Amino acid sequence: MSEKKNSAGWSRRDIMKAAGAFSAAGAMPMFFSRGAWAENNFRNNPGKAASIKLGFNVPQTGAYADEGADELRAFKLAVKHLNGEGDGGLMNTMKPLSLKGNGVLGKKVEYVTGDTQTKSDAARASAKRMIEKDGVIMFSGGSSSGVAIAVQSLAQEMGVVFMAGLTHSNDTTGKDKRRYGFRHFFNAKMSGSALGPVLKKEMGTDRSAYHLTADYTWGWTQEESIKETTEGLGWKTVKTVKTPVGAGDFSQYITPILNSGADTLILNHYGKDMINSLTQAVQFGLRDKQVNGKTFEIIVPLYSRLMAQGAGKNLKGILGTTNWNWALKDKGSQAFVKSFGSEYGFPPSQAAHTCYVQTLLYANACEMAGTFYPPEVIKQLEGFKFDGMGNGATEYRAEDHQCFKDVLVVRGNENPTSQFDLLEIVQEVPRAQVEYDAKIFGGELGPYKV
Amino acid sequence: MDAIFLQILNGLDKGGAYALIALGLTLVFGTLGVVNFAHGALFMLGAFCSVSFYKLLTLSKQVKDESITFFDAFKEQPYLEIWFGDYGTTIIDLAVPLSILFAIPVMLLIGLIMERGLIRHFYKRSHAEQILVTFGLAIVLQEVIKSMFGANPIPMPAPEIVSGSAPIGVLFGMGESVVYPWWRLIYLLFSGIVIAGVFAFLNMTTYGMVVRAGMMDRETVGLLGIDVERRFTVVFGLAAVVTGLAGVMYAPILPPDYHMGMDFLVLSFVVVVVGGMGSLGGAVAAGFLLGILQSFASMNEVKSIIPGIDQVIIYLVAVVILLVRPRGLLGRKGVMED
Repeated sequence: MSEKKNSAGWSRRDIMKAAGAFSAAGAMPMFFSRGAWAENNFRNNPGKAASIKLGFNVPQTGAYADEGADELRAFKLAVKHLNGEGDGGLMNTMKPLSLKGNGVLGKKVEYVTGDTQTKSDAARASAKRMIEKDGVIMFSGGSSSGVAIAVQSLAQEMGVVFMAGLTHSNDTTGKDKRRYGFRHFFNAKMSGSALGPVLKKEMGTDRSAYHLTADYTWGWTQEESIKETTEGLGWKTVKTVKTPVGAGDFSQYITPILNSGADTLILNHYGKDMINSLTQAVQFGLRDKQVNGKTFEIIVPLYSRLMAQGAGKNLKGILGTTNWNWALKDKGSQAFVKSFGSEYGFPPSQAAHTCYVQTLLYANACEMAGTFYPPEVIKQLEGFKFDGMGNGATEYRAEDHQCFKDVLVVRGNENPTSQFDLLEIVQEVPRAQVEYDAKIFGGELGPYKV
Repeated sequence: MDAIFLQILNGLDKGGAYALIALGLTLVFGTLGVVNFAHGALFMLGAFCSVSFYKLLTLSKQVKDESITFFDAFKEQPYLEIWFGDYGTTIIDLAVPLSILFAIPVMLLIGLIMERGLIRHFYKRSHAEQILVTFGLAIVLQEVIKSMFGANPIPMPAPEIVSGSAPIGVLFGMGESVVYPWWRLIYLLFSGIVIAGVFAFLNMTTYGMVVRAGMMDRETVGLLGIDVERRFTVVFGLAAVVTGLAGVMYAPILPPDYHMGMDFLVLSFVVVVVGGMGSLGGAVAAGFLLGILQSFASMNEVKSIIPGIDQVIIYLVAVVILLVRPRGLLGRKGVMED
């Protein structure tokens, strides 16, 4: 078959070959630098802008508004320190540190705030607004596991990193974990592991426990973890009862405990529910009771200082766990308490601590990655080992994005020396004691690129 | 048997609070025709009367903890204890019952200001407008309290002598293990006394007779030359006092927070609707009835048969009542029926 040539002597095949070669040559630089192309093509890329925006999504109304206000104070302090203002806080103690005090990657840090109302739908709407309208490159905050799980899945969908605030459910970094979600706060499983030996020492191995449990993800997983711990000690579980969140009056759930044969009440409640149920349990005389030849005991597995303020003297002597406490003497904790206390005139809560640390960790990961491109930032956070942030040597486990660090077992202070001295540290439980296999809770992190 | 007995007590106790709040609500609706969504806020303000009074009594000398340098931490000792020793401690211990004396004039004043300052301008407006404006007022009051006291609940201790539980089982031959908190028993008694007092006022005084007549036929009473409006203003004040006192005495049971009024608002409306809008007897009967039903629905034995029934029982009852008897249990014929 002969080929027809045009007047310039080009056949159709010549033109096709030339076009192919030209295209291949043209695409060559793209092939070798496709990472660079992707790194510029992500949501809310600050590009050449002089500043970046972070979103702080906290409960500003509702029952956790005080906790949310404390988180917001901590975020603002973190932004100040990142921008090189103030005394630098934990940037003076964090190791290894890539932050330079000149913003993040040379860009000034700005922020927007949102109100989660401690409702999943409101929190998602607020986070969405921050991402779509305000252009935040990372968002953080929260005082509820239900909220954290809801916004974490949004973070994955939208390709924006979420550094969780206060969330204690195993599900957050368990079955509902996400590649774009990270938790510095400890969880229910770790609370159980930390509490176990102390319970054994103080209450023995022959007890009968009755659980009152907040009926949502956090309550369920805490009940499961604490039950696993106490049954491991040899305790019997008399009954587990789910209570509606925000029930107010818990009397109808407390009266059945009186003659149940239980000698220990485990309150898987947090915040206002814990304050109310504990107050009412004490009024029903549970702490004065003798059952099975033992003094009736109450345990509150998850404590916070703000809750302790609300529960007043009813909390005295009651055991629980906490992520962090302002009375810790290590250099990191003292640096943060000094910074926060000087700024606001009172000590930070554990919620404030975790939010501050999360902001610094994200910023540090960007510096390490040399980019804001989320998959690269995520890779820097995964498996990141650090110290000097108030909980001893800490690691962000790559498999589930859960931070592993020391956990505090605390007790309601019998003799407080001041209005803030509400929790007495019983034991600083080493990280090795609270570690567990990431596979036990299942779940999938999902892809880096979305 | 013990469990049933205790749940009846729980129900009566809860019902006492519902009845007191609903009584004020239905009194305002019956006299002024106003659907007052700010009524829950009055309950909350009552509770914060006791908080304020307690804070007043516990004004303290602050001794700085010198070991803390980054912020000011204090050990506090109330001036009353410094000045009067054990007498001062006793006065502080009795803060909640004593705050009743403080709450009565404060709540009366709040009620009068609320009625004269805002609600009277909406008498002739539709119920929808009344709901909007009173709901807005409730939110404003909430935010004011939040800015003053924070969002965290504030512990309010009952007097030491009644802070524990009464061995009430002994009285009924059930043994010493059946106990019930003294303060809850006092609350039940207190709600009974206040309810009786309101009924006595309305049924045994001329003033109350005129109010009742006004509730039946406002126009005719007006034609007799009686200033019904002024009396109804006083009734609004009375409703505020009754609801406020319910809040004062409830403070040791439920540590007060700025949102507690909203938590009770919906429940008290259900109570009023079930009892019959504007019916005082209906509000009281429905309050106790729903309180008891709610307690029984929370029993493990009941929940194992119908899971989640404890959260919906009172709304289920309300639906059934509205379908079968729209005017409510003791409502007047014609009210809510057209």
